Amino acid sequence: MSAPAIDRRLTSGRAASGWRRVVGGRTFWFWVFVAPFLVGLLTFVYVPIVWSAYLSLFDARNTVTPRPDQFVGFGNYVSLLTDKAFLTSLGTFTVFTLVIVPLTYAASLGLALLLQRVRVARTFFRSVFFIPTAVSYVIAAMIWRLSLFNGARFGMVNTIIRSFGGAPVGWLSGDTPVYWVVLVSLRLWLQVGFYMILFIAGLNRIGQDTYEAAALDGATGWKLFRHITWPQLASTSAAIVLLIVISAFQAFDEFYNTLATIGGYPPFARPPLVYLYLISLGGGSQNLGLGSAGTMILTLVIVVFGVVQLVGTRRLKARR
Amino acid sequence: MRQSRASLIGAYVVLGILALLFLVPFYVMIRNAFSTSTWISSPTWHLLPNSWGTGNLSRLLANTNVGLVQALGVSAVIAVTQTVLTLVIAAMAGYALAKLAPAGRGPMRRASSAVLGLTLVTLMVPSAVTFVPSFVMVAGLGWVSSFRGLIVPLLFSAFAVFLYRQYFTGFPVELEEAARLDGAGYWRTFWRVVMPNSIGITGAIGTITFIGAWNAFLWPLLIGQDRAYRTVQVALSTFMTSQGVDVPELFTGGLVAILPVVLVFVVLQRFLVEGVERSGIG
Repeated sequence: MSAPAIDRRLTSGRAASGWRRVVGGRTFWFWVFVAPFLVGLLTFVYVPIVWSAYLSLFDARNTVTPRPDQFVGFGNYVSLLTDKAFLTSLGTFTVFTLVIVPLTYAASLGLALLLQRVRVARTFFRSVFFIPTAVSYVIAAMIWRLSLFNGARFGMVNTIIRSFGGAPVGWLSGDTPVYWVVLVSLRLWLQVGFYMILFIAGLNRIGQDTYEAAALDGATGWKLFRHITWPQLASTSAAIVLLIVISAFQAFDEFYNTLATIGGYPPFARPPLVYLYLISLGGGSQNLGLGSAGTMILTLVIVVFGVVQLVGTRRLKARR
Repeated sequence: MRQSRASLIGAYVVLGILALLFLVPFYVMIRNAFSTSTWISSPTWHLLPNSWGTGNLSRLLANTNVGLVQALGVSAVIAVTQTVLTLVIAAMAGYALAKLAPAGRGPMRRASSAVLGLTLVTLMVPSAVTFVPSFVMVAGLGWVSSFRGLIVPLLFSAFAVFLYRQYFTGFPVELEEAARLDGAGYWRTFWRVVMPNSIGITGAIGTITFIGAWNAFLWPLLIGQDRAYRTVQVALSTFMTSQGVDVPELFTGGLVAILPVVLVFVVLQRFLVEGVERSGIG
């Protein structure tokens, strides 16, 4: 029975006016149910973006309602796109992504495959790898910065290095790019468990009969993985890579908490959001015009990336 | 699938080593939380703590620079309010998009498709990237340093709406029809029949939202500048980057801040795993 039929039954009996039919109807309740979300989304996501796009054309410092004489046209965009630090931050994101994507991908897929092979204590191991997901980047940064990768002699990794006769490493001093080891290992620890669960779900969707058919053909081990598991995981893999990249694009918490000191944020390792924070809201004054322009550029970058990935995946699927 | 004994043992050995590695950060935090400063900064690594008991905790609680108790309160208010309201708003919208969207081809149909499209587009732009616009809006409303400013902008989660919509699309229509034949309207059907049968998905989205809210850093850093609105993450971060940081106190604070989420996590892990799997990926 379809919903309109029920509506008729409910509103008939007495001669219902047109208004009454609208109020009780399915369409009416659709809007009632969706209204809180829709109004909120427009007010706190879309109106702000439009407002920010407007602000990006002004030299708006410490104000969200600039005067006409503060109009600078595309001045903010020009100064950002010619600012070496801004371009460097995009480069930093690229380097970070190129390292974190393959590592996270391989580690989470590897863990999912390992877990699939064992029966006893599987849930225990899954929990151990998954629990770091609940830890905040602030607290992880605390552990990494002050104990694991502390640059002093007593840092845990430095203690291990010294026990092999090596010299302590200044992990976060910025003299060498070793700070990437700190930042990448932190993010790996915190997010690998999440993608592992996604891979487990993907693996579970591959039917047992697919494997059995392949086994009959004599496929085992690596061959089985290469020709059955891997292709079957294609769409899961595409989604996971997209998620890892988007989350790397948003990197802020662990960079800030690992590297910021009382003297401010060091000049290296500034991914886009850290850069944006430092030029717009991180200092003593608020430069909302410049910050808005930066937001517009970064939003464009992530949207273009998302569309390219979407189209690419569609093409790939169509070819199969 | 049969596998050789050797490869099974190999799998357990690798898993065991990796599990130990994954637990090292937790071990370090617990060790530091129950040690003295000199014990931590000793050139030889001490495996075990030397200050069992509540000495570090009571010093931390007395430290007015950190204000841990107040920060825990602020975080609790934000995380609980945000979770409850996000669930209500997202469940209603997800249900509407899955089950109440106007049929046919009229303008109403197009409008409801537009709402769904808007939700999907929003998924592509992470809210962290648009922190400047959000700040502009909240500043324009005069909500900086207020609970409203900390909570309200985060209540409209396209992700949660999307998950609920996916779930409700597969919700058995017979249950709803039975309720409606008993005379229940759309509103009552939703709250009395649909929601009580959606505990699993609600638990999953609730857990994800709660952990996200408790662990959030950038937004509370921008909006909760005033001491009275500092969350526990911002309080710890400020303490960590301040002069003369007391390491045992800091790690004690970290341990306290981690307990609620790990607890929620362990109790609700089943929901969470289900929720992650459901996120419609693949």
